[in-house]
Amino acid sequence: MQTGNEPLLSVTDLTVSFDGFRAVNDLSFSVREGELRVIIGPNGAGKTTVLDLICGRTRATSGSIRFKGTELTRLKEHEIVRAGVGRKFQNPSIYEDLTVFENLEISYPKGRGIMGSLIFRRDTAVVERVNEVARTIFLDDQLDRRAEDLSHGQKQWLELGMLLIQDPALLMLDEPVAGMTVSERVKTAALLKDIIRTRSVIVIEHDMGFVEEIAHQVTVLHQGRILSEGSMEHVKNDPRVIEVYLGH
Amino acid sequence: MKSLLRDRKTALFVLVLVAILAVILPLVLEPFRLNLVGKYLTYAFVALGLVLCWGDAGILSLGQGIFFGLGGYCMAMFLKLQASTPEATKIQSTPGIPDFMDWNQITTLPWFWQPFHSLAFSIVAVAAVPMLLALIIGLSMFKRRVGGTYFAIITQAIASILTILIIGQQGYTGGVNGITDLRTLNGWDIRTDHAKLILYFVTIALLLVCLGGAHFIRCSKLGRILVAMREREDRVRFSGYDVASFKTFVFCFAAAMAGIGGAMFTLQVGFMSPSFVGIVPSIEMVIYCAVGGRTSLLGVIYGTLLVNWARTSFSETMPQVWMFAMGALFVFIVVVLPGGLASLYRTYLDPYISRLLGSSSKAPVHAGREADHANG
Ligand SMILES: Nc1ncnc2c1ncn2[C@@H]1O[C@H](COP(=O)(O)OP(=O)(O)OP(=O)(O)O)[C@@H](O)[C@H]1O
Ligand SMILES: [Mg+2]
Repeated sequence: MQTGNEPLLSVTDLTVSFDGFRAVNDLSFSVREGELRVIIGPNGAGKTTVLDLICGRTRATSGSIRFKGTELTRLKEHEIVRAGVGRKFQNPSIYEDLTVFENLEISYPKGRGIMGSLIFRRDTAVVERVNEVARTIFLDDQLDRRAEDLSHGQKQWLELGMLLIQDPALLMLDEPVAGMTVSERVKTAALLKDIIRTRSVIVIEHDMGFVEEIAHQVTVLHQGRILSEGSMEHVKNDPRVIEVYLGH
Repeated sequence: MKSLLRDRKTALFVLVLVAILAVILPLVLEPFRLNLVGKYLTYAFVALGLVLCWGDAGILSLGQGIFFGLGGYCMAMFLKLQASTPEATKIQSTPGIPDFMDWNQITTLPWFWQPFHSLAFSIVAVAAVPMLLALIIGLSMFKRRVGGTYFAIITQAIASILTILIIGQQGYTGGVNGITDLRTLNGWDIRTDHAKLILYFVTIALLLVCLGGAHFIRCSKLGRILVAMREREDRVRFSGYDVASFKTFVFCFAAAMAGIGGAMFTLQVGFMSPSFVGIVPSIEMVIYCAVGGRTSLLGVIYGTLLVNWARTSFSETMPQVWMFAMGALFVFIVVVLPGGLASLYRTYLDPYISRLLGSSSKAPVHAGREADHANG
């Protein structure tokens, strides 16, 4: 493939087996610049595992993951992050003991080495960036609160903010609206639409209403393989998808 | 506003500590007791390191005696060579080498003893040797994601291996007796009351430097990353930090602190032996830290002093009870007062002191973490 139109992320023949059980099986797909791809599928389909593989949390048994021309399967987690991949976990993963401000500050992509973090100072650039991101995630009036005291939905936003402040080229979100109220969900959808203008996003979601609202491309995963792929319209009418996933 | 109050409080607390250690105690205690306090304070170095390593980063090391001992041995080797001049040892079959080597039929100074003729080298080694070992342990454990209980057990194993090694290699290490009969430091007799008084003040000065260093780290972003790592290691990793290297760093830092403490111990007590290296002393060091409050730098200094003072009083009156008392104390702290003495302070004294310091602002709601920093 030419470098000019090479996709941002290309996953090829990716397989991982846990003691013989293939949670992800010969999976291939790609994500272009600025694309929002939604992965859906029944419980245990391997959706979370795919994200784990991309971000280095789980090591692939075989296959390749190329991101901006680099092979990710050989990198460590923090190197993958620094290469520009951000990951949001299924359960909000934030520092409960720190304030919203400090949560965002720790995620600010400066001073990530030992020396760097020792001499890191909270200068105006940091404060401004934290404020900017806090506004985006609707938490600008909560900066001094301890993260522990936020609502579930706000925690989800905070984690999203912690990724945004890293400004990753690829953002991977595992069930970002799980546990959100209806109004929070609407706000999140707007937020995601805003986010994808400048980056590529992979979203795992069960909420079909939400998926319909945001998705460009939908990939349906089933037993570690792609069952169907295409526009929402296409996928929704695919009889195999209806049978294993949408039917019930 | 809040940070101003915090700075003022920190300054006040350090002042109180200095007043107690450097003014009150030297005035009221006889030289022998003051020397004991000086000895206790050397364990406070270990406790300070444990605050960052265990309290903040959540890495429990049950082998800090390793580093305390290594630092102490480095100093003892220098002092021993000073005490083993050919004139002083002319009755030996090989004059000019430490007496225990001569007893073990060793006739030349082993290569690894050679550099300890130099005071400068020895001073550097006091911190560098423990750090180097911590670096090796840290890299090999943390890169493989060994943590929690496994790590604690491995540090224990290393502590006991080191003890066995020291005891077994009598000719090179002085064996179970350790390195004894230390006399002068570059000609200065360290056994006099006057020298002990000076060493006591040197210990305080060094302790303050280490306190400052630890405080600086805790106030930096690195300090927040340590706490974040304890809570959510994965999140830290996925925020682009190399968790293993941060853990290794803090482990090495704690090791260096312990080494400095060990060296000051040797200087004040006049010998170093494997009984300060093994599992039991290592666990005791963790208890000092737990009693003081493992997230409070000043707390652990007081905790160390208090437990050691209790220990001395106990062992003077009823030595057999001490081990049980210590065990009971530890269980009590873990069950009833996990935050140690520092948490008592935070609940009862801190609100009062905040008010006293003039600010009309109410005491911080989440006293826990705020006070961590205020406390040093
Ligand atoms: N580390 C692991 N070891 C063994 N099996 C695993 C591991 N991680 C995941 N699995 C298995 O792989 C399968 C896929 O899990 P995964 O979490 O990816 O599903 P999912 O599509 O995210 O499901 P859900 O919608 O419930 O979140 C499951 O059967 C799970 O039990
Ligand atoms: Mg999942």
